[in-house]
Amino acid sequence: MTIVFADTAWVLISSALVLFMLPGLALFYGGMVRRKNVLSSMMHSFVVMGIVAVLWVVVGYSLAFSPGNWFVGGLDHLFLRGIDYNSTTGTIPTYAFIAFQGMFAIITPALISGAVVGRIKFKSYIAFVIIWSLLVYAPVCHWVWGGGFLTGEALDFAGGTVVHITSGISALAILVFLGKRRGYGVDVIKPHNVTLTLLGAGLLWFGWFGFNAGSALAANKIAALAFMTTFVAPAAAGLTWMIVEWFCTGKPTALGFATGILAGLVAITPAAGFVTPMAAIAIGIVAGIVCYSAVMLKGKLGYDDSLDVFGVHGVGGTTGALLTGVFATVGATGLLSGNAHQLFLQFEGVVITMIYAIVCTLVIGFVLDKTLGLKVSVSEENIGLDQMQHGEKGYNF
Amino acid sequence: MKYVIAIIRPERLDSVTRELQKVEVSRLTVSPVSGYGAQKGYLEVYRAFEREINLLEKIKLEIAVNDNFLAPTIEAIQKGAKTNEKGEIGDGKIFVLPIEDVIRISTGKVGSDAI
Repeated sequence: MTIVFADTAWVLISSALVLFMLPGLALFYGGMVRRKNVLSSMMHSFVVMGIVAVLWVVVGYSLAFSPGNWFVGGLDHLFLRGIDYNSTTGTIPTYAFIAFQGMFAIITPALISGAVVGRIKFKSYIAFVIIWSLLVYAPVCHWVWGGGFLTGEALDFAGGTVVHITSGISALAILVFLGKRRGYGVDVIKPHNVTLTLLGAGLLWFGWFGFNAGSALAANKIAALAFMTTFVAPAAAGLTWMIVEWFCTGKPTALGFATGILAGLVAITPAAGFVTPMAAIAIGIVAGIVCYSAVMLKGKLGYDDSLDVFGVHGVGGTTGALLTGVFATVGATGLLSGNAHQLFLQFEGVVITMIYAIVCTLVIGFVLDKTLGLKVSVSEENIGLDQMQHGEKGYNF
Repeated sequence: MKYVIAIIRPERLDSVTRELQKVEVSRLTVSPVSGYGAQKGYLEVYRAFEREINLLEKIKLEIAVNDNFLAPTIEAIQKGAKTNEKGEIGDGKIFVLPIEDVIRISTGKVGSDAI
């Protein structure tokens, strides 16, 4: 197929935008942890750029996108074998496609880091990211986008299932072995700098335009639609979160608004190119309410998903995936256009992905806990991971 | 009247304030400080350039109390600031100083009524 230059330019720009979400995520998470863990938490996002970028071109891309069976891709493109600058995928050079998909592979494990802050050993985190990327991300990516058994069935425009459900549910599963932060539920563990978190939320939204609109893999009208829905859904979700919080607790917090934006971004991700902007507003509102409830519920259930990865990405991703099956009208039909079967397919995709991600993460968590050990010692946790794991501090005299 | 100054571990602050609430000591000034004592320092690295840094982060509490509150205050701080039953090096210290006078700015009250 011939290369369309406009499409190529847009996908290249989008790839850079998606990579830009990593510093955004680092700030978003970094602001929410205590000052003694700020660098450790930001490093969780940054180091993934190093690990997964290399892992992706060496083996990850092949496992996700080369022809294989229903479950996982083959090893045809190990070390990018068989691909050069003349190769094309659709209307863009294959290198642009690999780069774009690589950015998705990078951000997904980084999302999980929000659940484990302040207590995970850095080496265990690195091992977790490597194994999880190969065992969970690459196969699920293959199922949904790479020709596996969910391809063409469950609708997932930009990664509600592949990115957000896998990371959200895995965040919950790894806690089975990692446990809580010391003092959680007894002491008040507060964000040390919400201004960083707001800046991070803004950068995430900015990068997310590449994430969603870039997923059209072309500079066309679907990209424009995805851009629009990515524009309005987070806005509606942020407002909804703020209003609900205002009503329930009496104060509209900045942290709440930022979290609402993120919930909206997550929820619109699977739907971005399939729904109208009005449906996107509806999705945003539902996501705002549902994710707020999920985050509030955490306090009652008592698990320490420190920065609400499950509440926002797991629950938001699931909400978005199911609502895609309700509101889809562009290029696919959902429940409201009379196709109830689509909702079932969405449900199937969500459940299978969740079960697979939970089982794999439990196994990885168990093995790492028995070998490297997941959690730092009490005194390391007290003094902080910045000093004890990295030998530096975020803020000096 | 006594002025109680305590240096404690940052992560024990919540438990100390909880203990103080229990004995109805509800006034307190807190500041983040750095220092070192018997607890050893640790190594820091700047761009692969290592050096020993001896300053550890601590919390300083300052409380002015009437004499009859002194013993419960000290007990509460000690109870809240101990890492475990037997206590660890680095759990901190409590200093008690006499107070000359106290003046409440809003009302001009002086002495133990003003505390």
